[in-house]
Amino acid sequence: MSNVIQDATPAQAARGLSKGTLSQRHLPRWAPAGFAAVSIALGVAVGAGAGLHSRIQWGLIAAALFVVVSYVVTSAVENRRQAKDRLATSVVWVCFLLAVVPLLSLIWTTVGRGVKVLDGYFLTHSMAGVPGFETGGGVYHALIGTLEQVGLATLVSAPIGLLTAVYLVEYGKGALAKAVTFFVDVMTGIPSIVAGLFILSIMLIAGLAPSGLMGALALAILMIPVVVRSTEEMLKLVPNELREAALALGVPKWRVILKVVIPTAIGGITTGVMLAIARIAGETAPIMLLVFGSQLINTNPFEGAQSSLPFYIWEQYRVGSEASYDRAWAAALVLIAFVMILNLVARGIARWKAPKTGR
Amino acid sequence: MAITTDNAPAPPVAGKPGPTSTGRAGDKIFLGLSQGSGILLLVIMASIAVFLTYRASLALAENDGNFLTTFDWNPAGDPPVFGIAVLLFGTIVSSLVAMVIAVPIAVGIALFISHYAPRRLAAPLAYVVDLLAAVPSIIYGIWGALFLVPYLEGLNLWLDEFLGWTYLFEKTEVGVARSLFTVGILLAIMILPIVTSVSREVFLQVPRMNEEAALALGATRWEVIRLSVLPFGRSGVISASMLGLGRALGETMAVATVLSPSFVISLHLLNPGGGTFAQNIAAKFDEANELGRDALIASGLVLFVLTLLVNGAARLIIARRKEYSGANA
Repeated sequence: MSNVIQDATPAQAARGLSKGTLSQRHLPRWAPAGFAAVSIALGVAVGAGAGLHSRIQWGLIAAALFVVVSYVVTSAVENRRQAKDRLATSVVWVCFLLAVVPLLSLIWTTVGRGVKVLDGYFLTHSMAGVPGFETGGGVYHALIGTLEQVGLATLVSAPIGLLTAVYLVEYGKGALAKAVTFFVDVMTGIPSIVAGLFILSIMLIAGLAPSGLMGALALAILMIPVVVRSTEEMLKLVPNELREAALALGVPKWRVILKVVIPTAIGGITTGVMLAIARIAGETAPIMLLVFGSQLINTNPFEGAQSSLPFYIWEQYRVGSEASYDRAWAAALVLIAFVMILNLVARGIARWKAPKTGR
Repeated sequence: MAITTDNAPAPPVAGKPGPTSTGRAGDKIFLGLSQGSGILLLVIMASIAVFLTYRASLALAENDGNFLTTFDWNPAGDPPVFGIAVLLFGTIVSSLVAMVIAVPIAVGIALFISHYAPRRLAAPLAYVVDLLAAVPSIIYGIWGALFLVPYLEGLNLWLDEFLGWTYLFEKTEVGVARSLFTVGILLAIMILPIVTSVSREVFLQVPRMNEEAALALGATRWEVIRLSVLPFGRSGVISASMLGLGRALGETMAVATVLSPSFVISLHLLNPGGGTFAQNIAAKFDEANELGRDALIASGLVLFVLTLLVNGAARLIIARRKEYSGANA
């Protein structure tokens, strides 16, 4: 690979030189901003002229124009190499903006439609006795379900994940550690519905009834690999000098791990667990298979059907009336707020508690 | 139930060893616990395969049709008939559409964050893309069904008019855009963050020497990327796309809300209809009897094997690349 570079680049550089790099014309520094302004103006003009209603279509037209305009102008004023460079730059910018559009649209829609019925009543009442197609009712039973199921899943998976990561970092050598590392990676990719089906097959064999616990076990399967991966990264960041200093004082290894290694990395570990919680809090499929959903408040996760926020959204979406759509959006807003807050707090902790790496 | 009863280890308590203790016993217990949870992970993976296979075999024994080629899903019928042909087709087609859309854009975003964005903005911008991954799939689902589907009507008409001759984009059935193509677009948005973040990591690992050498020879930024960044990152991008593919294959709720399922195979991507493994499980589970559930488990087993192969291959590519770049550094 390095040969390719050494062969190809001088040739191109030579081509550039033969044209006289030093005397070339250059576009001013503000040129990209100028192109952007021109293409946005054109995009709006074309969009409005053609009678397109959607602002996003206007934006897409403007983006395409931006790419074309900057290529054409640059190749006219400078040269083809510079034009290609400019083309790549503008395409890359457009790619990024393309990714932001759905995110903004999604958040905009969820907030816009969600605030309609989201109030204190919605948060503190269940759907008991409320026909799906009528207004009223709330999300309280689903909130309780989500909190309990996610809490149980965390109780199961956090210790297992933490210990596995400790094993991989502190003890792990040989075939077993390699196998565990590989399967942790593969496990990250298990579809949530397959985790649900796995617990379902156990339930069918053992004759167990749906309950919050079953859902929590499926969620735990999804959560363990995430916890392992993030904890592993954090434990690796703990400087070896700390371990060696403690061991040199004659402290047994398990106390070194418990009293030195884990406390040093605890910020990052907490972050990892919180991100994992944020990931599983939105899982619908296992809940649908294993917890069954309920309109009523059931505070016992070990017995009887429960609901959960994502399942509630699915349920309300399926009812298919205006009132139920409103409830679905409101619940979606609650769920997104929950997940985003967890995310932000987790990253905050990560920055605040980041272990100092030797530098 | 092996998971909760005998194996879930409680977090070890930091008990105070007596003054004469050397801590050897503690060491053994701790090693046992941590090794045990590593082994537990392997046991879980193995038992997923075993349990799914067992229940699936019960269903397959009763199946009157051919599991691989039947275009029907009726395990409650007499005799029960079900097959995964349509589901396999729909799963692969929608995931491929997602890949075709997502991978180039994701590579662009990854390059943007690693090489183009202003240095100080790179980290926050990366975080914005990661936020896309934090949105729960059911919310993508209702956004897709209630917002994106009506929205894509215009695009569908346009594609049909100008690209209809490609067969793929010919719309032969009237109906809202609850098609495999729409599902593909939605899946593309959902797998953008993972493909982006893995590619970004690889692009950031490109040896600075290579880039600076190219720059010193007068290469433009695009030439640096084409000559030193992309060749270095190629295998990383491939494995990133496969990780994305793994996600897209198993996505349930977003597909279940957007698609209007039907048991036909058609390469007219814009026609409503089709189905995927996960979507079929979500849609058929409520009305399924015990045989129906086992049949769904059988289809889930196929999905499991599919994602296992794709993810395993992706991880192997990454692992091999690691050794290679280590030797190269």
